[in-house]
Amino acid sequence: MFKLRPFSKGLIYLILIIYSIGVFIPFLTLGLNSFKSLREIFLTPFSLPSYFRIENYAATWKQANLLIAYINSFTISIVSIFGILLTSSMIAYILARYDFPFRRILYLYIISGLVLPARLAIIPIYLLLRDLALLDTRIGLILVYIATGIPFSVFILKHFMEAVPVEIEDSARIDGASPWKIYSLIILPLCRPALVVVGIFNFVAIWNDFFFPLILINSRSKETIPLAISVFFGEYANQWHLLSTALWMATFPALLMFAILSKQFISGMTQGAIK
Amino acid sequence: MAKVLLKGVSKEFGKVIAVKDFTLDIKDGEFIILVGPSGCGKTTTLRTIAGLEEASAGEIYIGDKLVNDVPPKNRDIAMVFQNYALYPHMNVYKNMSFGLRLRKVPKPEINKIVRRTADLLGIGELLDRKPKELSGGQRQRVALGRAIVRDPRVFLFDEPLSNLDAKLRIAMRAELLDLHQRLKTTTIYVTHDQLEAMTMGDRIVIMNEGVIQQVDTPQVVYDHPVNRYVAGFIGSPSMNFLSPTIVKENGNFYAADKDYKLKIPGDKAKLLKDYVDKEVVLGVRPEHIDTKATKRDHDPGGVFSASIWVVETLGSEKLVHIRSGEKYTLIARLDPHADIKTGETVEFVANMNLSHVFDKETEEIVF
Repeated sequence: MFKLRPFSKGLIYLILIIYSIGVFIPFLTLGLNSFKSLREIFLTPFSLPSYFRIENYAATWKQANLLIAYINSFTISIVSIFGILLTSSMIAYILARYDFPFRRILYLYIISGLVLPARLAIIPIYLLLRDLALLDTRIGLILVYIATGIPFSVFILKHFMEAVPVEIEDSARIDGASPWKIYSLIILPLCRPALVVVGIFNFVAIWNDFFFPLILINSRSKETIPLAISVFFGEYANQWHLLSTALWMATFPALLMFAILSKQFISGMTQGAIK
Repeated sequence: MAKVLLKGVSKEFGKVIAVKDFTLDIKDGEFIILVGPSGCGKTTTLRTIAGLEEASAGEIYIGDKLVNDVPPKNRDIAMVFQNYALYPHMNVYKNMSFGLRLRKVPKPEINKIVRRTADLLGIGELLDRKPKELSGGQRQRVALGRAIVRDPRVFLFDEPLSNLDAKLRIAMRAELLDLHQRLKTTTIYVTHDQLEAMTMGDRIVIMNEGVIQQVDTPQVVYDHPVNRYVAGFIGSPSMNFLSPTIVKENGNFYAADKDYKLKIPGDKAKLLKDYVDKEVVLGVRPEHIDTKATKRDHDPGGVFSASIWVVETLGSEKLVHIRSGEKYTLIARLDPHADIKTGETVEFVANMNLSHVFDKETEEIVF
């Protein structure tokens, strides 16, 4: 560990505190406003609510059809993430460890997805899903998320896997492990920190995504949360109090997920393997 | 247990030839050591035997079976790696039992074997620990245990002791030998440490630049190196090399330079007929140089004077770096109580009976 001088240490703390406040205030405002009436939000946007209107939550839950939206969002996010982790880790493993012609070109092709926003391809995606009869289906949306999640995930996982000592795999090969066993029993467990990073990153992106559900989903019964919440944006007036409630309810699972999984950011997983 | 036979094995990585025409017959139960500097191809040879690398040419037999196309898991070998390569996410028990579990050995059987082996290695208490909770020596034992539980026909060791501190290395060296005497499994051991090679091997294989230089028992390799490379590599401190010219006077042969003139014993002199008035390489081991005053039974023919440059006192012996003129430095291994002071000029004798002469061009030994 680096030893910091008191001054540098103080400065770092100051910067971190200011940053934390900056991050925390929107959450606080959102939380407080979710208990106010529309009128109160405009009059005293930053004060405590005069009383906590729990009924806002009930109203939001009903108006936005949030139960269905929660179920949809959860199903789609979780299935997509498992799809992404499975496909990306396999691709990354092959790219990290096996030598074959055009390996580098294939890798560059995959990570070129990092520079090109998938939204640019919305028309071909739409046409493709239409031809596959996957428009307005959850599975169609999931496939799009998996495809768009792969470049970043492969990028992270490949670099992580390259850092796993090759001797561990050699050792497993001599112990009698097949390539599949090496991947599933050795590589995947060792890559858990990277898998968690990739999982959280994709979860936040998918959970919050408004664009693809907007284009690809039509039925209310298949709406995800961002789409469901959009009912509070009226053409002439926004229902800010219900919107706050809805946003708070939408954000909460992502926060919770992060809090739970962040424990998994254990560094030094490979410590003790060699030397 | 099995014999291992390598016939003309070569390994190329692109244009780089790592191992060239390697032929070696390893007997059943033998402890054989591949030794050489880093990059000499010894590890590649071992990995080729393991099946982790494919031989570019040649044949590898384990037992009587040609194994060139047999995958590592079916070669019935076990390998211990330099950096142990333990599975970091598994505890010691799981590390050791991994191979057995993959081979679908019944659970009670696995339990029995792992516990017996752990007790043999003195790591019975550590079975629940993860590798990161172990010391270097303990990790080494686990890696060893993982190899032993499989009861393979051949053990392959890739510099297994080089990450341990000096004291532990000596202790583990003895343990490995003891283990080999008990298990009697054919063992192929790679090291860059000539001391390890000398102390452990039934036979040692000295390699350089992918080519075998010499294969023989440690003592033969030490006493009769086939070329200058082997002579310089084996032994610590290494052999002293001088470049005298062979001169013939009154029927006697001498290895002579400006500062010395050493008489070559009669029986060896006849081998030097073709080298008269030519420069050769003279090799003298440190223990074959002594002061004239304390000379043991050295041939007095080889007397020369030199100044003491540095004295290293090791307790059991004195290593004395001596200089003659500005031209060369020699190391002599002297009695610890030899009365020697830095800066003095002293008369030395070289035991020419035990010295070697190498051809300057080919570096092959003349005697």
